[in-house]
Amino acid sequence: MGPSSYPEPNTSSLHSTLYHWIDERLGLTEIIAFASHKTVPEHRYSFWYYWGGLSLFFFFVQVFSGVLLLVYYRPGTEAYESVRQITYDIRFGWLIRSAHSWSANLMVFAIFVHMFSVFFMKAYRKPREFGWWSGLGLLSLTMVFGFSGYLLPMDDLAYFATKVGLEIPAAIPGVGRIITDIVRGGPEVSQVTIQRFFTLHVVVLPLFYIPLLAFHLWLVQKHGNALPPSEEAKPEHLRRTIPFFPDFFSKDLGMWLIALNLLSILAALFPWQLGPQADPLAPAPAGIHPEWYFMSQFQILKVFGRWFPGATGETLGIVLFTGGLLFWSLVPLFDLSQKNGRLARLFTVLGLGVMIALIVITIWGYLEI
Amino acid sequence: MSKDESLLTNMGFFDTEEELPRRTFIHIGLGVIGAGYAAAIGYPIYQYLATPAERAMQESTETQTTLEGAEQLPPSSAMMFKFGSKPAMLIHHANGNWVAFGAVCTHLGCTVKYETDQNRIFCACHGGTYDPYTGVNIAGPPPKPLTQYKVEVKDGTIVISRT
Repeated sequence: MGPSSYPEPNTSSLHSTLYHWIDERLGLTEIIAFASHKTVPEHRYSFWYYWGGLSLFFFFVQVFSGVLLLVYYRPGTEAYESVRQITYDIRFGWLIRSAHSWSANLMVFAIFVHMFSVFFMKAYRKPREFGWWSGLGLLSLTMVFGFSGYLLPMDDLAYFATKVGLEIPAAIPGVGRIITDIVRGGPEVSQVTIQRFFTLHVVVLPLFYIPLLAFHLWLVQKHGNALPPSEEAKPEHLRRTIPFFPDFFSKDLGMWLIALNLLSILAALFPWQLGPQADPLAPAPAGIHPEWYFMSQFQILKVFGRWFPGATGETLGIVLFTGGLLFWSLVPLFDLSQKNGRLARLFTVLGLGVMIALIVITIWGYLEI
Repeated sequence: MSKDESLLTNMGFFDTEEELPRRTFIHIGLGVIGAGYAAAIGYPIYQYLATPAERAMQESTETQTTLEGAEQLPPSSAMMFKFGSKPAMLIHHANGNWVAFGAVCTHLGCTVKYETDQNRIFCACHGGTYDPYTGVNIAGPPPKPLTQYKVEVKDGTIVISRT
């Protein structure tokens, strides 16, 4: 059976009159025409095409569960108590909160998989450079989302992870201390910090994120899915595509369903607990560390601090991250060739190196807690 | 014809010529599964959002409340208190009588006020007026009297209960 075609509107019913009325004003037919002609390349790497959509799915879960949490969360002095109520008092509050925490981690994971698969498929090449840059912007904003959200329950883990995490920006030479003081709302993490992080997390970050996401998605529609070098090397008549509607779309939804199931199992079977309330006078708990997606930076700063004592180590660490991020974002301007030549393979090896290094350093970080 | 189709046909489920059933079956199946997911997600969300309302409902099954030290209330004055989840008022009249009413206006639910100088219970929202001794609606839009409560004065405390 060949792929099914998108259904044409029925020409003889109230449904079609309504369709026609809206179409004359909004141009539905144009949209449907575009959608019905949209195709997705089918090849051995097509599996990686799902990961952008999966990141989007987890983002939707975050918005939905986040709004629900907002119904009972109280920022400021009652933060801990409100999260205690949500987790242990309000019916199914534990489930909503666990879904939000797990989905945050899954979202960051999905974005990393998406980023690396885009890198290895070289989908940052012309004309898709802005997709790469907006994607890196979205990754950065996502990590700030994660960092700001983590503090909001104000239990001891949240408090110390934030305290320690803020040492990363504080290490920026010159302006580091000033910026960190503004972000923190003072020299110490306190109720003031909660209010700031809450504002960031619920208003400021979404205001930037949503337009950037819309831009990123529009670019994907405009340019379509990129072909990896191995497919581009094939003559056109040997390349296969499938229609987006309904074929790829239903597979996409299938992946979203798997993601939903995974999230539900994790949230229900491994619910997020709440530690004791943050006490600034208490010593940092043994083995304190930030969430896994900050572990590589955390470990590098730790290790550099050990090898190069004093401010040198921290500065070197910051230089490494900034330089690395800058280089990573400029890759589309270096890896230009549309052919899969030596330069292209060099960048693939480089990317593999970066990915393996990040994984190894993260594991190393956990081993040293 | 596949093995499954022939079995179902022999059992009289499907007409052999029709190709539609498989598709319809899948559509119905997806619909049922979708409804299942919607319920599995919707039920916890409903319970989550309804928790305070359900708790208040439980509170409103209260039959009595004790006001410690309320005997101190001077004559010709009132004090507000909560009965279950709703506002209520206790009035100590000049003639020594103690009365208690629900303070929810029977018109559209605003909280009413005891006005000593005007000797009435008055609702600022739409001008409803009640008798301060009986709680009966005497002027304005309220259709019914205020909820009556029983007052028992017992050494220092006052016990309010439903009639």
